Amino acid sequence: MSVGTLPVSAVPADPRGAWRHRMADRGIDRTLWLLLPAVIFVVALFVYPFLYGLSLSLTPSADTPGIFGNYAKFFADSYYSSTIWLTLRLAIPATLFNTLAAVPFAYWMRGRFPGKRAVTTMLVVPITLGTVLTAEGLLNFLGNAGWLNRFLMLIHVINTPLKLTYNYWGVFLSLILSGFPFAFLLILSYTSGIDPTLERAASTLGASTWQRFMRITLPLLAPGLATTFSLAFVMAFSVFPSALMLGNPHGDEHVIAIAAYEQAYTYYNYSYASAIAMVMGAVELLVIAAVQALRRTFYIGTTGGKGA
Amino acid sequence: MTDTVAPAKQFGELRLDGVGRSFGEANALTDLSLTIKQGEFIALLGPSGCGKSTALNCLAGLLPLTHGSIWQDDKRIDMTRPEKRGFGMVFQNYALFPHMSVRKNVAFGLEMRKTPSAQVKERVAEAIELVHLEDQADKLPGQLSGGQQQRVAIARAVVLHPPLVLMDEPLSNLDAKLRLEMRTQIRRLHQALDLTTVYVTHDQEEALSLADRLVVLRLGRVQQIGTPRELYSRPANAFVADFMGYRNLLKAQITAVDGKRVIVNVSGLAVNATAMSDLKVGDATIVGVRPDDLKVVGPGATSDGLLVNGMVEVVEYQGREMVAEVRLSNRLTLTVRTDEDLRPGTRISLAAEADRTLAFADDNTVTRVPDLGVSPEAVAGGNS
Amino acid sequence: MSSVSVSDPAVESVIRRRTPRIVATPTQWVVWGGVIAFMIFLMGTVGSVLVNSFGRTWFDSWWPQGFTTEWYAQSWTQFDLSQVFLVTLEVTGAVLLISLLIGVPASYVLARKSFPGKGLLNLLFLMPIMVPPITYGIPLATALYRFGLAGNMSGVILANLVPSVPFVIMTMTPFVEQLDPALENAARMCGAGTGVIFRRILMPLLVPGMLAAGILVLVRTVGMFELTFLTSGNSSQTIVVALFNSMNAAGIRAQQSVDAMAVMYMLMMLIILLVALKFVNPTQLVARVKEAPQE
Repeated sequence: MSVGTLPVSAVPADPRGAWRHRMADRGIDRTLWLLLPAVIFVVALFVYPFLYGLSLSLTPSADTPGIFGNYAKFFADSYYSSTIWLTLRLAIPATLFNTLAAVPFAYWMRGRFPGKRAVTTMLVVPITLGTVLTAEGLLNFLGNAGWLNRFLMLIHVINTPLKLTYNYWGVFLSLILSGFPFAFLLILSYTSGIDPTLERAASTLGASTWQRFMRITLPLLAPGLATTFSLAFVMAFSVFPSALMLGNPHGDEHVIAIAAYEQAYTYYNYSYASAIAMVMGAVELLVIAAVQALRRTFYIGTTGGKGA
Repeated sequence: MTDTVAPAKQFGELRLDGVGRSFGEANALTDLSLTIKQGEFIALLGPSGCGKSTALNCLAGLLPLTHGSIWQDDKRIDMTRPEKRGFGMVFQNYALFPHMSVRKNVAFGLEMRKTPSAQVKERVAEAIELVHLEDQADKLPGQLSGGQQQRVAIARAVVLHPPLVLMDEPLSNLDAKLRLEMRTQIRRLHQALDLTTVYVTHDQEEALSLADRLVVLRLGRVQQIGTPRELYSRPANAFVADFMGYRNLLKAQITAVDGKRVIVNVSGLAVNATAMSDLKVGDATIVGVRPDDLKVVGPGATSDGLLVNGMVEVVEYQGREMVAEVRLSNRLTLTVRTDEDLRPGTRISLAAEADRTLAFADDNTVTRVPDLGVSPEAVAGGNS
Repeated sequence: MSSVSVSDPAVESVIRRRTPRIVATPTQWVVWGGVIAFMIFLMGTVGSVLVNSFGRTWFDSWWPQGFTTEWYAQSWTQFDLSQVFLVTLEVTGAVLLISLLIGVPASYVLARKSFPGKGLLNLLFLMPIMVPPITYGIPLATALYRFGLAGNMSGVILANLVPSVPFVIMTMTPFVEQLDPALENAARMCGAGTGVIFRRILMPLLVPGMLAAGILVLVRTVGMFELTFLTSGNSSQTIVVALFNSMNAAGIRAQQSVDAMAVMYMLMMLIILLVALKFVNPTQLVARVKEAPQE
């Protein structure tokens, strides 16, 4: 044996290697570079525009003095501040209906079910077709001379056609048509995530179907319901093309998205438009926070499956 | 059969020098020094968390060292990347490439070395034959049973004729019967191919039957390195004894020392034992006896080591032998393995030679030793 | 007719097996009723568009006065649909490619490594999916216009990337997580360097996940209205935006030709949907919850 006379343990470890090793232990090494494009992307195309829009909204101008000028203008002008209420009165009932109606469907369909795939596929169609096509179809279908009115008159339920287009009901129905499948599929995955043996255990302890539902399933579903409501609400609150096409966009269906849009594209008032977009985001956050607070009073804990 | 790879790549010895790996404050492995000779089968043995897998991964290069170095003859290799070390490795859950057939899995390493394809085919066929998987050669891993997957993993590791084969608890996912079969297979392969092997396991029986030398680890530190025989009969401390099957561990106190022999006081009972470390009078000690070293003796028997009376409580039938729990007092029981036909409720006497009654320092590494209780019954006539 | 005594248990069980249960629980009636009502609305919506597109004229009657396919030819030229479809394809293709290129490596890192700031990063990647497009679309469009990137295809592509990249990341990360990390170690011990591991081990195993993620991005981008609407110019409209514009355009555009365009859009989406459903289940098209446990 030859190499050197140094006692082997005195050979120093590579110092650069030691530092690299300490960093790697904390998770920082070369592979993090792979993350860079995605980070750049999200910062450049999401964070920056948001901050830019925020700063625009806080820019004072001639008719909007002060840093919150645009916001003050928004709330002072009833045509604009009313958009919040107008949009809420569409979004909340629609979301409530979608979320609550989805529960019995999902509960009943959660197990094996002949034709389940067919039903879920059918439900996905309106989502993939999108709001524009749905709105166009509803204009035809719900019109004065459309099939729905014709049918209702045919079976003598009504005598004159129901006015379902260019008003609240048209938009509301389109929100149901595109929102219900979303809520249903979400809640379906939550109900499937609830351990089925829990209900079986409850039934061996003497609980009826209703009791099982109210005392076992519903509390476990509460977090999933809250999440579904939040997501569905956000979608409904941002209603845009349906309101333009099926509602009265300058009247009762002057929703907040339309308000933001017209400021940006008709009046080129980008600061005001950004302010409106911020208000929109803020209202959404408030509602979501309220929903989450509400659900905490229902149930705290895990489902034994997914949802919490 | 042309074999351009193997002999040239064998080494004289592989040396681990003070190898350690820490993660922040935690020391997964500390000061492992070991010299492995070419062709040896080394087992790294210990309970989970003892650092054996860490040691293996350090050898493989999959974990960098924080301390120490690894040498292959004169060359330092711990700075070399794992793909350049040329060691074969068998993983605990096999890690077979799920989208490649058995053949392609085995061929992968050869392709990485740019071996010409004719040779690849030959070597792959050879390896597959070695593990008796000719009929499964074109199947995907998902279509194979656990035992078959394990054999593919072995074939993939040995086809390269690596200077060192690393095995990380390869048998732990198999059922008991298969495990025994595969154990023999591995031993056979080792002898046939003369492969230097480092094998990680928590099963002392497995380690004893496969290894030329064992390294017992606890909490990252080496407890003992030795041949199976040495570890079996001469464990270095209480932990190793416990791990190697010394089921009878009793707390005691040293009352007299005479060279390597000591007299200990086990709860009032005097026992002659052999000290395994430097013990002085008054030291707390743990006395260990293997169940098979306890003999059932008749009345009037004498012993130069341990001699007690007790009552048989539980008897386990194991074919040619019984394993029985014998109660000596309210706190002490002994486990004995014997071919005598014992019945619960009978009173018997047990004896063990001083040579097989070992005294270790009580260093708090073994926690399941019961406290002293009422003195066990001494045998009239006592120990000599 | 032979008189069978129904009190005979053997016979009774036979009869019970033969006669289907027509009586269902009230809940089941309600649910079935709901399903049927939904189906009626869906078919009515889609159907009326379909029928109208084939109708010669349709005034105040159940059915059009006659049928023709002339509207299709007319809408093709009138709305310059060849260009619109081309744009749609280009935009969708670019968004698909770029979001996969950016998203897959990112999801690999997120799945395998933990590092300081990972929680924040996860949240950041989640936001574009949680926030509705219109809310961040207006500031985004404003910013893009400021840099001269909006009003043309690059703007549309950039805008559509915003929900797509996080979507790819959200879909691929759990996929990578369930790949055994020991596979890469095993490949290394066989002598494979990082490049080889990526090409021969990771990529082949990631392809199914990438397929699912890609199809979802495809569906969502073709159907994405708000973002494209806010950032497109005249020559960079995707079909859904062109459809909307044609519906709202003042002028003498016949409703039938608009509906013909709508049908063509619908067909395109349905074909994509059919292909998509071969690889993903319907829930994933809609939300990024983890797939429900397989029945």
